[in-house]
Amino acid sequence: MAVKFVRPKIPKFAPDPWAIQFDEQGHLRHLLTIEGLGPQWITRILDTAEGFVSVTDREIKKVPLLRGRTVVNLFFESSTRTRTTFELAAKRLSADVLNLNLATSATKKGESLLDTLRNIEAMQADMFVVRHEQSGAAHFIARHVAPHVSVLNAGDGWHSHPTQALLDAFTIRRHKGDFTPLRVAIVGDIRHSRVARSQMHVLNSLNVGELRVIAPRTLLPTDVEKLGVRVFHDMREGLKDVDVIIMLRLQRERMEAGLLPSEEEFYRLYGLTEEKLAWAKPDAMVMHPGPANRGVEIESSVADGPQSVILEQVSNGIGVRMAVMSLCMSANRGDNT
Amino acid sequence: MKDAPENLGIDHDPVRHPEGCRPGIDCDRWVIRGARLRDPSNGLDTSSDIYLGGGRIVGIGDAPGDWPADTAEHVCAEGHWLIPGVIDGWARLREPGHEHKATIATESAAAVAGGITTVVMPPDTVPVLDTVAVARYIKRRAQLAGRARVVAIGAMTQQLGGELLAEMAALDAGGCVAISNAHYPFQDLRLMRRALEYAATFDLQVLLQPLDPSLSTRGCAHDGAVATRLGLPGLPVSAETAPLAQLIAMISETGARVHVPQLSSTAALKLIERAKADGLPITAGVSAHHLWLTEMDTDALDPNAHVIPPLRTIRDRDALRRGLAEGLIDTVVSDHQPHEPDAKLAPFPETEPGISGLETLLPLVLKLVEEGVIGFERAIDALTTRPAALFGLSDAGSIAVGQRADLTLVDPDAMWSLGSVGLASAGENTPFTGWDFAHQVETTWVNGRRVFLREQ
Amino acid sequence: MTQTDRLLPVNEAIDRLEAQIRSDQQDGTLVDPLIVGIHTGGVWVADALHRALGCQEPLGRLNITFYRDDFNTLGLHPQVSPSDLSVDVDGRDIILVDDVLFTGRTVRAAMNELFDYGRPRRIALAVLYQRDGRELPICADWAGQELTLGPDEQIHVDGPDPMTARLVTSKES
Repeated sequence: MAVKFVRPKIPKFAPDPWAIQFDEQGHLRHLLTIEGLGPQWITRILDTAEGFVSVTDREIKKVPLLRGRTVVNLFFESSTRTRTTFELAAKRLSADVLNLNLATSATKKGESLLDTLRNIEAMQADMFVVRHEQSGAAHFIARHVAPHVSVLNAGDGWHSHPTQALLDAFTIRRHKGDFTPLRVAIVGDIRHSRVARSQMHVLNSLNVGELRVIAPRTLLPTDVEKLGVRVFHDMREGLKDVDVIIMLRLQRERMEAGLLPSEEEFYRLYGLTEEKLAWAKPDAMVMHPGPANRGVEIESSVADGPQSVILEQVSNGIGVRMAVMSLCMSANRGDNT
Repeated sequence: MKDAPENLGIDHDPVRHPEGCRPGIDCDRWVIRGARLRDPSNGLDTSSDIYLGGGRIVGIGDAPGDWPADTAEHVCAEGHWLIPGVIDGWARLREPGHEHKATIATESAAAVAGGITTVVMPPDTVPVLDTVAVARYIKRRAQLAGRARVVAIGAMTQQLGGELLAEMAALDAGGCVAISNAHYPFQDLRLMRRALEYAATFDLQVLLQPLDPSLSTRGCAHDGAVATRLGLPGLPVSAETAPLAQLIAMISETGARVHVPQLSSTAALKLIERAKADGLPITAGVSAHHLWLTEMDTDALDPNAHVIPPLRTIRDRDALRRGLAEGLIDTVVSDHQPHEPDAKLAPFPETEPGISGLETLLPLVLKLVEEGVIGFERAIDALTTRPAALFGLSDAGSIAVGQRADLTLVDPDAMWSLGSVGLASAGENTPFTGWDFAHQVETTWVNGRRVFLREQ
Repeated sequence: MTQTDRLLPVNEAIDRLEAQIRSDQQDGTLVDPLIVGIHTGGVWVADALHRALGCQEPLGRLNITFYRDDFNTLGLHPQVSPSDLSVDVDGRDIILVDDVLFTGRTVRAAMNELFDYGRPRRIALAVLYQRDGRELPICADWAGQELTLGPDEQIHVDGPDPMTARLVTSKES
């Protein structure tokens, strides 16, 4: 049984850092991190997402829920793929979508993050979807936005990527139902992964049976076991009796930073091949937040194989993001009318 | 023998103290009545009258024979403690170079509001304090401000670049109380060794803050459980211990007198302990916030808890407290780094590190006494006696006839909380807002002049 | 004060509704209709009609949560089950079923959603109880009972097994 993460005691002068996610009525207003949501809210988001996922199976994949609302994609770090899924989610809710790629524009010219924010707020935005290279950026923005604006974290530094973790939980739930008997292994670059951190919080909140991480020490952050995971350095040991395998993307910079000798060695030791997949349970499902580096962390025949749910993750992602957007925006009802 | 520090500061300050004087009263002469005089270094703990004149303490208990007491200003201080003025050994005043953050005028006023009578400035100003001209400029600005005495630490290398030696002997002669490369690294160990050798030639006090540049790249929090959870780039303990171990090796070869202004970890403390046991001329300090805060205070991503060296674990904090109690850690500093609000208005890793600490240094240390962590004697020793010895300020840091009249009057039962009163510093970046303190600085005298009186 | 006596029991109302639909079907106005219930009470009624009329194709269920026009004032309603229309609605005749027709807003939302699935040939509306208070130009084709109620009165339908209906005043509810 994995060691559960124990929340450190917060001294009296620091309010619960994640309380900011809720409004005075206790309704979800921002989604910045999985921490503080608790199993009730996570389950509510997943249940709501079920309804939206069914919408995407229809001929007209659009509902009028957020008609007249404006969603602004604030991407300080470019990511076409993630931005597109948020854009599609917003459009399927009938919201107006504004895409701002700030990775190259104003902020680089010395305009402060806060100035950028004020300017866009003045455009009567209702929701900011934020992607930023610094941990804590979404939290910072949420602290400073006007009261009618919701902030949705689309990835901040190495900290958090809550919608990705929720869609992973959603996908696992659809296939496996109950989380309590499951063994889940996250494999690869945990240290630099906001996805892995959010996955740990969501799976532990949903009381997953056992959560493992498999990686060389250079790709594991200090004291990672305090996040409620069991640490393995060997794939054969780590994959034994596992129901769900989550592969993470390995970025080439890691080799340059001296964290790994080569892609080849990583693939040999930790790349998910058919041979290594056989070490897990026969019905183990294979996940990847995408885009996968074939031949670096995963073999093509596994990524495209019968146990892979990678493409399903992508389509579920839209429904989950629709659920989060509509839940957050319904907290801000009436404030700007 | 040093005589330079007396040329710095406000000793011959023509500026009157800001409160002015009542007609017929000579505000250079004071009689403080009934205060409890507490200077453990002299074994002094008695309620008595004390007489100040000409910038010095002229009498304790009885006035000197022909002293014109009736034209002196009288203060009734019963129920209050009078302690030697605090000497803060490591505080940035931001001038010259960063006047948008703070100035010598604002920060020396903040210092006296926190009971600090002497502020020791590291050389990382802009321009760098590597010439006597910059030292003179700082001295003049402090005189104009007319509050705390400001003394400077000269640069060890030109531009703090760690490559070419600065004119250390000239800086020493020009009034610098020590030399330092702040937290900037040397280009290589050979240059570091030579800088220490050169400093040892003139028996200069060296201050070096160990921080390995490659291990601290991007790091903004202790490399531990909290940084892991928040995805913050970590600063490992080895970023402190590895260069400290190198430094100790160099001290044993060169015999240079070195003081480490801020320790942050148990491991670094152990290195200091061993080096001291080996008889090396090394001393160490700690900042007040490292005695109270831990990595958990970064949990809320509060940029005011962003400091370097970072706040580490509870174990580290407790080890530092023990080290201070036992005297292994010699001094406590504010590590004062005032910022303009914009410096802290960004995502945590992008904010500038540092706490505005002048006004919480003495209250935080006395709070340790109140909670039984350290003794009162050790507290005053770490804030006055030891820094005075470290920086060669022989006429400061104690209460005795003939010493400088740098004194701080403390109300031991004030019961106040920070924030309700605000800070005098131009930088309001403190994580201690809302903290409750028992002890509060009421009045501060620098060089026999009252430079601070708390408004009632 | 409860006035159950003014309200037809559910089974009687369903019987009347079924009879009306049957007679229209014999006229040939409805061709092979697809029955679609509105979540949740409408689904219960539709289920009863579906069995009574002996329709071959599966019952459709609409959850109109995402189409409600009160999102701005009430927010997102807790969602239990998503819409389920497994049959293609293009060119079909549809009997839309709800328990109570009051303001007409639910029916509007349901029709909007139906059109997002395709383009039906005809939509007819069957309700168990049609009361006054319409806010939109919508009228039931068939109703088990028509009533005029006081401004503070409401019809509450409980179910599914057994289905019951009662009149409540808004103070009670």
